[in-house]
Amino acid sequence: MKIGVVVFPGSNCDHDCQHVFKDVLGQYVEMIWHKETLLAGLDAIVLPGGFSYGDYLRTGAIARFSPVMGAVKEFAKKGGMVLGICNGFQILLEAGLLPGAMLRNKSLHFICKDLSVKVENAATAFTGACQSGQVLKIPIAHADGNYYTDPVTLAAMQANAQIVLRYCTPEGKVTPEVNPNGSLDNIAGIINAEGNVLGMMPHPERCAEAVLGNDDGKLIFLSMLESLKGNKKQLKMVGAG
Amino acid sequence: MKAKIHVTLKQGILDPQGKAIEHALGSLGFKNAGNVRVGKYMEVDVNETDKAKADAEVKAMCEKLLANTIVEEYRYELTA
Repeated sequence: MKIGVVVFPGSNCDHDCQHVFKDVLGQYVEMIWHKETLLAGLDAIVLPGGFSYGDYLRTGAIARFSPVMGAVKEFAKKGGMVLGICNGFQILLEAGLLPGAMLRNKSLHFICKDLSVKVENAATAFTGACQSGQVLKIPIAHADGNYYTDPVTLAAMQANAQIVLRYCTPEGKVTPEVNPNGSLDNIAGIINAEGNVLGMMPHPERCAEAVLGNDDGKLIFLSMLESLKGNKKQLKMVGAG
Repeated sequence: MKAKIHVTLKQGILDPQGKAIEHALGSLGFKNAGNVRVGKYMEVDVNETDKAKADAEVKAMCEKLLANTIVEEYRYELTA
């Protein structure tokens, strides 16, 4: 598979994503500078974590207007698989590829720690290798992960099983006490209605190898590869040169 | 013209910074202080002399980039 990892000025998890797909999972990875406007032959695109454009104005607010985002939007519209992690999730929200917005963490702190997240929907292209209800230990590292959307959109997402990951106890109980950032409904990750764009605040690329003591995150990437194998529909070219 | 733009979280959306400042004001003895909202203030020079055109342009700036209207509201004033 050919995975594209977008590099914005200020991305800092881009090489971790590259490492997991290339060295751990043996895939071909293309690093895509944000000034590119033409994407060819990619099977999936990753918007990595970091602090694109220094988080100026709002997280993801300026990155969403990067030249590459036109092609990313077109790729997503044509059914291409897009994963946004942390800042990548924030960019997907600002770009309107996922509903809602991020607010500052309720505690106002930048939080960097391992957390338990529950796979609420294991029937997506990003979670197919997980069991339904499985608890994954994945670290978060953010100051703006307090997910918000209007009640109508939230209800629609709940009804469509678009809330894919929720913060939970190690036993899998979703309680307000384990919500790290004030996120609505303990939301840690959501998917679009079409099922090809997923955004998540936890960092699976930081825990995808047994040698690191935790490889729970690998399940997200394995799910993507399995899903791509089953649905080999590579998009030839998107964007405008 | 010069646009002076204020962007704040919508009423009803929790503003943790505002809350923290409100508590601090309370503990300093400012018992009359309440509902503190923190926002951003921006000044933009707009190279346009027609007030209606400048107004339309600043509104577009706010809608497209300066505010995320899902969670924020904006207001501005234009001066010569």
